[in-house]
Amino acid sequence: MKFKTLLTTVATSVTMIAVSSAASAQDLDITVTNLTQGLYFTPIVAAAHNGDTQLFSTGMAASPELTAMAEGGDISGLVSVLTNADANTVENPAGGLLAPSTSTNFMLMNDEGNQYLSFSAMILPSNDGFVGVSRWMIPEEAGTYTVYVNAYDAGTEANDEIRGSGAVGEAGMPVPPPLENMIGMNGTGVTMSETNMAVHVHRGNLGDDDMMAGKSDINNSVQRWLNPVAKLTVVVK
Amino acid sequence: MSIHLFNKRTALMLTLAATLTACGSDNDDNMTEPPPPQPEPMEYSYDITVVNLTHEQPLSPITAVLHADGKMWDIGMSSSIALEKLAEGGDNTDFISQESVIANASAQGPLMPGLSETLTITTTDELATHLTMVSMLVNTNDAFSGLTNLELSTLDVDATMSWHLAVYDAGTEANTEAMGTIPGPADGGTGYSMIRDDVDRVSMHSGVVSQDDGLMSSVLTQAHRFDNPSIKLTITRTK
Repeated sequence: MKFKTLLTTVATSVTMIAVSSAASAQDLDITVTNLTQGLYFTPIVAAAHNGDTQLFSTGMAASPELTAMAEGGDISGLVSVLTNADANTVENPAGGLLAPSTSTNFMLMNDEGNQYLSFSAMILPSNDGFVGVSRWMIPEEAGTYTVYVNAYDAGTEANDEIRGSGAVGEAGMPVPPPLENMIGMNGTGVTMSETNMAVHVHRGNLGDDDMMAGKSDINNSVQRWLNPVAKLTVVVK
Repeated sequence: MSIHLFNKRTALMLTLAATLTACGSDNDDNMTEPPPPQPEPMEYSYDITVVNLTHEQPLSPITAVLHADGKMWDIGMSSSIALEKLAEGGDNTDFISQESVIANASAQGPLMPGLSETLTITTTDELATHLTMVSMLVNTNDAFSGLTNLELSTLDVDATMSWHLAVYDAGTEANTEAMGTIPGPADGGTGYSMIRDDVDRVSMHSGVVSQDDGLMSSVLTQAHRFDNPSIKLTITRTK
């Protein structure tokens, strides 16, 4: 009987490893690289969390916390969701905006059960564009892992591409320094509507070549992109 | 020696057969000889879930086919007419009727942006070793997305795999974006045309330009632009 119990325990733990990766804590050395030529990332939130938590899911509506991050770069809502889920969270590792073609490096130690890694940040200039990875399973095996990351649209605000607000529900783009001197002004607005209200792959900034007028305040030769826009490098110790 | 053995065996078999027949007759006069027991054919079944990740590109009815080893398109190769019809007009009739197709599953209608849909495809045919999934981005001239010749032997029962799929250009119709050439709701124009007025080879798609971005003859707007990936595909083997 005792032997049988032991066998069952061994079988269960083998299954657990196969299905849900490491159960014990790991040291993770993480680098987020902004691969773009002309986009800034707002303060990053990164976390190791359990399987019931996720920052976003494509094809699903954005949560209010994701919306606040994607429209204005405010990560406080996502941080509190993660904290409530006992996640291991790192806030703002770059100490502000992550400039084009630069990296930020930080350490994260995950507790047992927090076997998924996520991160996100808003893309500037944009209305509700963001970069992120949601629920990436942390490998059990030590090594260096690379994930190329796409730009998403939260689907919560029309991409009018003109100066405005980063507050949820208010139109226009937030324009913190140094962006205020890099983009145009007096744009009439690219669009008034957003037809896909689920999180989806961003169609890209349109922009125009008129810094003092035109439809968009975005410079079409500087602040456009193609995926991938970021690289996540994770060294599992 | 061998003849003797043969006779002995034959005799035994005849006796057994006679016994069986006798038993059957005793119970039911109408009972027919039961067919020899055959092994139950193994059934293979896959759930195929597609999420439309684009902003404003409805996907033509999601199509999945099972077949033997062989790509249904490849970079640098000329599109088949079946693929051309699907990529220019979203019509998968020819695609699922190809000689190589062993089993197929097709959605009832287009899949709108931000939505997802699951198809089930099932076969007992051991030759159905590979899967192809394909769909047109309908607000384009001939853009499609999909995955071809996925080997299924690596997928155990209850195993799930997921992909983010990029967009291809069928190379069979020039990307004019002109009125009357795009079958989707942005235009309502012609789908398939047998004229091939493009490079006649499959490549990755460079995206649509749109009127908002300076192509004045385009019926498309900034809303129809897309970047890769356009589809999230998840396949789960259920049997």
